[in-house]
Amino acid sequence: MKLSPRSIDAIESVGLPLAALAGALLLFGVFVWFGGKSPVDAWALLFKGAFGDWFSWQNSLQRAAPLMLTALCVAIPARAGLIVIGGEGALVLGGLACAGLPYLFTPPANALGTALLLLAAAAAGAAWIALAGVLRQWRGVNETISSLLLAYTAIALFKHIVEGPMRDPASLNKPSTRTLAEGLRIGGMFESDVHWGLVFGLVACVALGVWLFFTTQGFATRIVGGNARAARLVGLPSTRLIVVACAIGGACAGLAGGIEVAAVHTNANASLVAGLGYTGILVAFVARQNPWLVMPVAVLFGGFGAAGSLLQRRLDIPDASVLVLQGFAFLLILASDALRGRLFAPAAPSAPPVPAVVATPAVVDAPAPAPVAVPTRSGDAIPAHPNLAPGLTPKEAT
Amino acid sequence: MIATDPTTSALALNVLIAVLGGAIRVGTPFLMVSLGECITEKAGRINLGLEGVLVLSAMAGFGGAYLSGSPWVGVLAAGLSGALLALLHGIVCSLPRVNDIATGIALMLLGTGLAFYLGKPLIQPQAPQIPAFSLGEWSDSAQVRAALQINALFPIGVLIALLCAWGFRSTRFGLVLRMAGDSSDAARALGYSVNGIRIAATTLGGFIAGLGGASLSLYYPGSWNEGLSSGQGLIAVALVIFARWSPLRCLGAALLFGGAGALGPALQSVGISQGYYLFNAVPYVLTLLILVWTCSPRRSLKGAPLELGVSR
Repeated sequence: MKLSPRSIDAIESVGLPLAALAGALLLFGVFVWFGGKSPVDAWALLFKGAFGDWFSWQNSLQRAAPLMLTALCVAIPARAGLIVIGGEGALVLGGLACAGLPYLFTPPANALGTALLLLAAAAAGAAWIALAGVLRQWRGVNETISSLLLAYTAIALFKHIVEGPMRDPASLNKPSTRTLAEGLRIGGMFESDVHWGLVFGLVACVALGVWLFFTTQGFATRIVGGNARAARLVGLPSTRLIVVACAIGGACAGLAGGIEVAAVHTNANASLVAGLGYTGILVAFVARQNPWLVMPVAVLFGGFGAAGSLLQRRLDIPDASVLVLQGFAFLLILASDALRGRLFAPAAPSAPPVPAVVATPAVVDAPAPAPVAVPTRSGDAIPAHPNLAPGLTPKEAT
Repeated sequence: MIATDPTTSALALNVLIAVLGGAIRVGTPFLMVSLGECITEKAGRINLGLEGVLVLSAMAGFGGAYLSGSPWVGVLAAGLSGALLALLHGIVCSLPRVNDIATGIALMLLGTGLAFYLGKPLIQPQAPQIPAFSLGEWSDSAQVRAALQINALFPIGVLIALLCAWGFRSTRFGLVLRMAGDSSDAARALGYSVNGIRIAATTLGGFIAGLGGASLSLYYPGSWNEGLSSGQGLIAVALVIFARWSPLRCLGAALLFGGAGALGPALQSVGISQGYYLFNAVPYVLTLLILVWTCSPRRSLKGAPLELGVSR
């Protein structure tokens, strides 16, 4: 049977990550077995704790909500050609802005007030990550490094403000800001524990996917990320598009922080600095920087997180076992990318051998593996730029 | 007015001594991870997984010292476990189309998870500590004596820095390593395996970073718990940029970062508790300002390995 390149691609993009995930579960089983526990029990509990019943689903979805948003903080700038790893900083500043707005004035204790809080959170995050984009375009400062430095600075600022100027004197053991008024908090949906933050995450993923794949600006952003030279050639405003992409990503991470404060912690305290920004990086990479794929990946890894306490209770293994599983899974899924385009290669001898370029895997500046410039679904060729001759169609960056 | 006040100047002196002593104490892990990262980056790769290396090796070092009764067995265990995890990074990054930054973050999760999982029974007990040299016996001030307690790993770190500087300049391995980082084409043309060199460099870097983990769990703070590392492994990347990829300047950068980390507690001991966290952030802001000052959109960073993602 002869498969078309398109279906081969589809099989690989679904099959490889799933196979890698199965491999990670197998490794995890071996790991648990070395500890003297039954791997079959561990797998069963893992499934039960993540997706076994409605209670577990609630827990998993609750954990998935911030991961979707922090993953977008990586995926959107990545489409513009930037690897931003400082989502954690945008998240904590977003949480701080959300908790801090009531210090400035008393927002109405209803949905409008909550919207104002979340807006402040998104704005704080957007400004922080946009700064990394501006520094790159203005001074050539590498955005990966600057966003990391900005994240550490943001966390220090957060701790300083939470334990200093904005500390609630009533919080003795755990320094935190004043607790948000009841009306400002985000509650559960339909009598469940899953809060409305999940809807924000889902809507953001769907909307940004549409923006990226179906609008002219999204298309232009992908060209900038795929081939900066071609983008310059056709006169795209690269700087503006890059800074906008960073601001959008930062707004998502800031929103994640605001939602965590308004729905989970009810005030800003050190529990907010929990590494959600870093897990988001991996979710984005596993989802191949595709906002739509971010959703299922975030739910899956949220589920792994949710299963931790059940594993700890029933099997008496440390809940860090979930971190081990996540580490295995991310590592294998990232590594499985190497097999892409090779699974079916022997069947197609006309395919050229892997070029020598692949021996240098430091393709840091080419994160978007999709052939960026081919207007696949939408047919949104850019009519505003007649200079784009057919021969200039930008190719895949690697 | 303030400077002439004898009690204020005595306080300032106390703070200064505490910061200098703290710079070495807090700076030792910084020194080790930055040297490890420096070697890795010289070969053309970034290893953000050093955060995982640091935590895992701190646990392995503590466990080794606790089980064997000798701190040096612990130090060796720390180095070897770090090398093992870094080896994994080196191998995975050698696969085509694998991004070294994402792999680093994945290894950070894996290393931290393994350390927390395997280190659960190590949280309570006490392990033998790395010996310290008392260089302050001449002084009758308890503070000076405390500040001049030099952890035995610090001179080892200085020695490694000197060795690295000499090795990069004058040994065959150092030259080949730098070539792999500056032009993989040249290295390949001369018949060297670029991936092989990079895997070797990453593994060696992991071993050295692992010694930093041992310094955390076996000297200062000197115990194993889950909050041991506060991101020193990730920030090693910034340190190396701060030091412009020079092992000797890594020494200075590590002392500066360590001193900034010690400033908060030192001020707290004399009753100034304001701005504790802001002092910790000073090195990050400083590094960022230096980057803004020296970078230019038209050329890459001076001294940066040309194959490195961050310098393009």
